[in-house]
Amino acid sequence: MMSATSAMEVNAEARRILAVSISKLYASRTQRGGLRLHRSLLLSLVMRSARDIYHSSSRESEGQSGAQPAAEEPMDTSSSPGNHAGVSQAEPQPELISPEPAAEEPRSPEEPCESETIEDKENLSPARQSRKRRGKASVAPDFLPSKRARLEPGEERHAAPLGSCRVRAGESLAVLSLNRVIPAF
Amino acid sequence: MEEESDTRKINNSFLRDHNYATEADIISTVEFNSSGELLATGDKGGRVVVFQREQESKSQPQRRGEYNVYSTFQSHEPEFDYLKSLEIEEKINKIRWLPQQNAAYFLLSTNDKTVKLWKISERDKRPEGYNLKDEDGRIRDPSTITSLRVPVLQPMDLMVEATARRVFSNAHTYHINSISVNSDLQTFISTDDLRVNLWNLEITDRSFNIVDIKPSNMEELTEVITSAEFHPQQCHTFAYSSSKGSIRLCDMRQAALCDKHCKYFEEPEDPSTRSFFSEIISSISDVKFSHSGRYLMTRDYLTVKVWDLLMENKPLETYQVHDYLRGKLCSLYENDCIFDKFECVWNGSDSVIMTGSYNNFFRMFDRNTKRDVTLEASRENSKPRAILKPRKVCVGGKRRKDEISVDSLDFSKKILHTTWHPHENIIAVAATNNLYIFQDKVN
Repeated sequence: MMSATSAMEVNAEARRILAVSISKLYASRTQRGGLRLHRSLLLSLVMRSARDIYHSSSRESEGQSGAQPAAEEPMDTSSSPGNHAGVSQAEPQPELISPEPAAEEPRSPEEPCESETIEDKENLSPARQSRKRRGKASVAPDFLPSKRARLEPGEERHAAPLGSCRVRAGESLAVLSLNRVIPAF
Repeated sequence: MEEESDTRKINNSFLRDHNYATEADIISTVEFNSSGELLATGDKGGRVVVFQREQESKSQPQRRGEYNVYSTFQSHEPEFDYLKSLEIEEKINKIRWLPQQNAAYFLLSTNDKTVKLWKISERDKRPEGYNLKDEDGRIRDPSTITSLRVPVLQPMDLMVEATARRVFSNAHTYHINSISVNSDLQTFISTDDLRVNLWNLEITDRSFNIVDIKPSNMEELTEVITSAEFHPQQCHTFAYSSSKGSIRLCDMRQAALCDKHCKYFEEPEDPSTRSFFSEIISSISDVKFSHSGRYLMTRDYLTVKVWDLLMENKPLETYQVHDYLRGKLCSLYENDCIFDKFECVWNGSDSVIMTGSYNNFFRMFDRNTKRDVTLEASRENSKPRAILKPRKVCVGGKRRKDEISVDSLDFSKKILHTTWHPHENIIAVAATNNLYIFQDKVN
């Protein structure tokens, strides 16, 4: 069991690596010669490790102390099957999300609309709007459970489930972007 | 000491700016031909420069044959793929020579998408005395021709011309990372991230796909091919390395599609060294068969490994290239250096292996004596004909006089490409846009 401080350090490092990775991913889109598959794959692997460690160290630090700067979301047992028991911190989430406009998920028209997503899609901030065209293959099929990624407290978004069908608690938007890196080809 | 470091900083920043200005000159591949007489370099600007060793003269035996420019030509131009709205870089990724079969020299050069076969030939005679045209090439008025003459070949200044004899294109969706000529001298393979294609040197309008690791759902992609090479003697065997640190040996006689390997080389990961970047640093950047064909050498970010083809579960030898970087992986990730693809090379007798590092350092490992040396390719630190001084990186504690500390290393000066003469101890080292050729000391 890590001490609270080292868990927080690890958490901070994981967050930093995630942010660096996302900006690299974004920068690689404008690179001469096109997206490099190998590089994109390696970036997504690092992001995956960072995300895993970020979540596990966040859970640990939350387990250590009762009240902490990281706002831990209680297990939401009352809501729909989409389990979002993961940690969501109010401050870092915008950091993570804003540099990655390219990785945003489109709303699949078939997915059931949540009451909270009454938000106006047209007037989303540029950072949230998806500008990327998706092929048919990357649209989430209906039969998979919808997963909700936690952005900010009180705001919900739909997220396409992972292609590999890993139903795991606490999947954040960063995860989905990993799988979207590859289908760009 | 202070002054030195200031000068070094000024030099570094100057060189860095200079490098940006001449990015097209950055050497992207180096290769000796099979006799060692020629040395080819390819650069980011799509040019190929071929050097030829001058004949050793009897009058000056102490002056060993030096390499002079023999031919320069533009191999690849930047292209645009209109369908995908993608620019195709003209950077030469690899050059491979064909063994010489007649007076002309042949090499294969490739960028991200297209392989070209170039013929380099000499012309030192020119026919003179045509009947229908004069010496300038102007057509003569037939009415002025009163007698016939036979054109005669007259000597002229040596001219070396390079002509593109074959263009092998439209076979790769992803970026080509390697090419390899088969020992049968009739076929070659070109490899991209997901596929290996087999070509016949005479046929450009089709190729056979012999390895395809593309998953049906790209979201399940976990591994890409990073390099492939034919076995030096067995024309049916080739090996390819992956981003996961494994090597697969395939036999083309087994099936048309060599997706099933016949040997699989992988070393289990050491869990104690696990980090965020474990996957990146285990990705193999180069794979080379030994000249004997008995061993395979692989280069990943921090090590070089020699594998025995008969032992798949672990390498025969592992050499640490720059283990002091293990604690700096995060910074190297941020400045992109962790993605650098270093190559590795055998000497002619397979007793010594060589690979590059940062700060214009390159390393040699003697497999027999287990000794290793770090050398530097830089104008400042070595005068022509001076013996290279071994360098040492100080990994902590007290730094000795000639040592350099890890934090002072210049990561913009990287040696990714090196090559070793097939028979002699002559090496060529590419340091950004400079080519260094080092030879054994002559007694």
